[in-house]
Amino acid sequence: MLSAIIAFTALAAVFGLILGFAAIRFRVEGDPLVNKIDALLPQTQCGQCGYPGCRPYATAIASGEADINQCPPGGEAGIIALADLLGRDPKPLNAKHGTLKPKMVAVIDEPLCIGCTLCIQACPVDAILGAAKQMHTVIEQECTGCELCVAPCPVDCIRMEPVQHDIKTWKWQTPLEAAGGHA
Amino acid sequence: MSGKLRRFPGGLHLDGHKTESTQCAVQRARLPRRLILPLHQHIGAEAKSVVMAGERVLKGQMIARAEGYVSAPVHAPSSGTVVEIGDRPVPHPSGLSAPCIVIETDGTEQWCERHPVQDYITQDPSHLRNLIREAGIVGLGGAGFPSFIKLNPLGKTVDTLILNAAECEPYITCDDMLMRERAAEIIHGIQIMRHALHAAHCIIGIEDNKPEARAALVRALQELHIDGIQVTQVPTRYPAGGEKQLIHVLTGKEVPSNGLPVHIGIVCHNVATAAAIYRAVQHGEPLISRYVTVTGSGVPEPRNLEVLFGTPMAELLEQCGADPASVERLVMGGPMMGFGVHMPGVPVVKTTNCLLADRHLPAAPAAMPCIRCGACAEACPANLLPQQLYWHAHAGEFDKAQNYNLFDCIECGCCAAVCPSHIPLVQYYRYAKGEIWTREREKQKADVARERHEFRLARLAQDKAEREARHAQKKAELAGKTAPHETTSH
Repeated sequence: MLSAIIAFTALAAVFGLILGFAAIRFRVEGDPLVNKIDALLPQTQCGQCGYPGCRPYATAIASGEADINQCPPGGEAGIIALADLLGRDPKPLNAKHGTLKPKMVAVIDEPLCIGCTLCIQACPVDAILGAAKQMHTVIEQECTGCELCVAPCPVDCIRMEPVQHDIKTWKWQTPLEAAGGHA
Repeated sequence: MSGKLRRFPGGLHLDGHKTESTQCAVQRARLPRRLILPLHQHIGAEAKSVVMAGERVLKGQMIARAEGYVSAPVHAPSSGTVVEIGDRPVPHPSGLSAPCIVIETDGTEQWCERHPVQDYITQDPSHLRNLIREAGIVGLGGAGFPSFIKLNPLGKTVDTLILNAAECEPYITCDDMLMRERAAEIIHGIQIMRHALHAAHCIIGIEDNKPEARAALVRALQELHIDGIQVTQVPTRYPAGGEKQLIHVLTGKEVPSNGLPVHIGIVCHNVATAAAIYRAVQHGEPLISRYVTVTGSGVPEPRNLEVLFGTPMAELLEQCGADPASVERLVMGGPMMGFGVHMPGVPVVKTTNCLLADRHLPAAPAAMPCIRCGACAEACPANLLPQQLYWHAHAGEFDKAQNYNLFDCIECGCCAAVCPSHIPLVQYYRYAKGEIWTREREKQKADVARERHEFRLARLAQDKAEREARHAQKKAELAGKTAPHETTSH
């Protein structure tokens, strides 16, 4: 009787130590599901989904608060990827949040810029360079095309332009697009 | 190394159309008034211009330096003045423009100072690789991968150096003519490569439809008294000149998926690259010209020309009696793997092996639905399932296409050539590869955007915390000042 109690106590202690060690050693920082969802979102940080950025939207999807079809820049491919991850059925993009547009980039009409810094404060990815009363300019490479800088500009000198394809970003079309035929 | 040849799966017997352009000796193309030199003529990073508009340059002078490891410099093919550095149409399937250096030639062909290395055998291999890199030499078979990288064994033992002289695609004869006319240069170049790689064996693999070229190589080997280089004929079957296919035929070894030939102890170079390496090392001449086949139904006098890079394709057509305006379709490369060039004014670059000009082009038959006959799978030289790849690419299921080893496809066009429904299969694979690369790029861009956004949030939070701390400190200071005041007032 006594030996059995001692044996079980010892076993319990050993497993407790192992579990305790594992809990510290293999601790997962943050919610892995939110990270996985966030990794699928386009990171434009545009807020069209109704949340202030991609991560808050990911958190809302994970908690079941938001649906998976609220991200226009992600497009259909994004919704399908989210549906695959979460084991849900894909659904069409909710038009309330906007439509899929070609990739855009913000361009500042520099002679018109008065250097008010409002767009700099609005840019979620620090892609606008400038200082008070100095001309501002967009770092084209870093711009996500979120359009958040357009509204705050008091002199309307920011416009959105489609991203130009150069030889490095050019890609082959499908034969369907190229010929308009069917295969 | 046994002499027994293997057979690669699939492949096609195609009409060669090679004799048209091998009837006369190679001529030097006329020096054009303007040379247009794209900065990106190779695989890897674009070269960076080191000259300015208005500057005089000499033949062979470096005008753009390599940027990064996988890159190649560009040299002035003739002496003259740089008149412009800017975007010009380049030979590319997109028809888009890319940065080019435009040189107005002065006709004097004045060389810059050259530094020939006579006794390469005493040189350190890494020094030779540097010379080859500085000479701007890239694979001249068509892909344009910087050659010095493929001459670095990276600590692995290279058992066999294979020289690709198969030239399996119809119409193209530039390597054939080079072997006939400059066999000794090729052999010298191979010796330099063997020295750089410490390769134990060396095989030149040549298709059996080039007896003259083979005879020239054998003769040169005898005259130069060189041992250890074996000239092996391989059966003429497209695409025997594919790197993996040629290795399989000659050695029986298979390059693993996602692997490189060097992983199985083999390095494969084109014969034209060998000749270019010889010129670079023993004459100090960088890569500024190459043999180009000008042929096709729209060319009255098909032939091979030795062409300076940057020469507009239209001028070559004119020299072969063709009117560029009457050419309905101009293809750079062969009929199987080449691509249509949008305008004949674009320049010849390092990877231009052939210009195929057709006057009357039969309309491509309309694509019909796939009948699942499986002919494509039988023709595929890479042992892939072209039909599966097609379904997945068509449906936009790119990850599934990738699981079927889409990236092992060499885009040889055998599957599309045998398809009874005339489905442009290769274009689907190119489209799928392009989409996968685009998504990869977008993913990377999204990761950068996430990082920048999170950094911004952290910075704003820190600013706020600092501001609050300052406020609190000020408050405390104010409280400290007023408190003793209050006590003294009482």
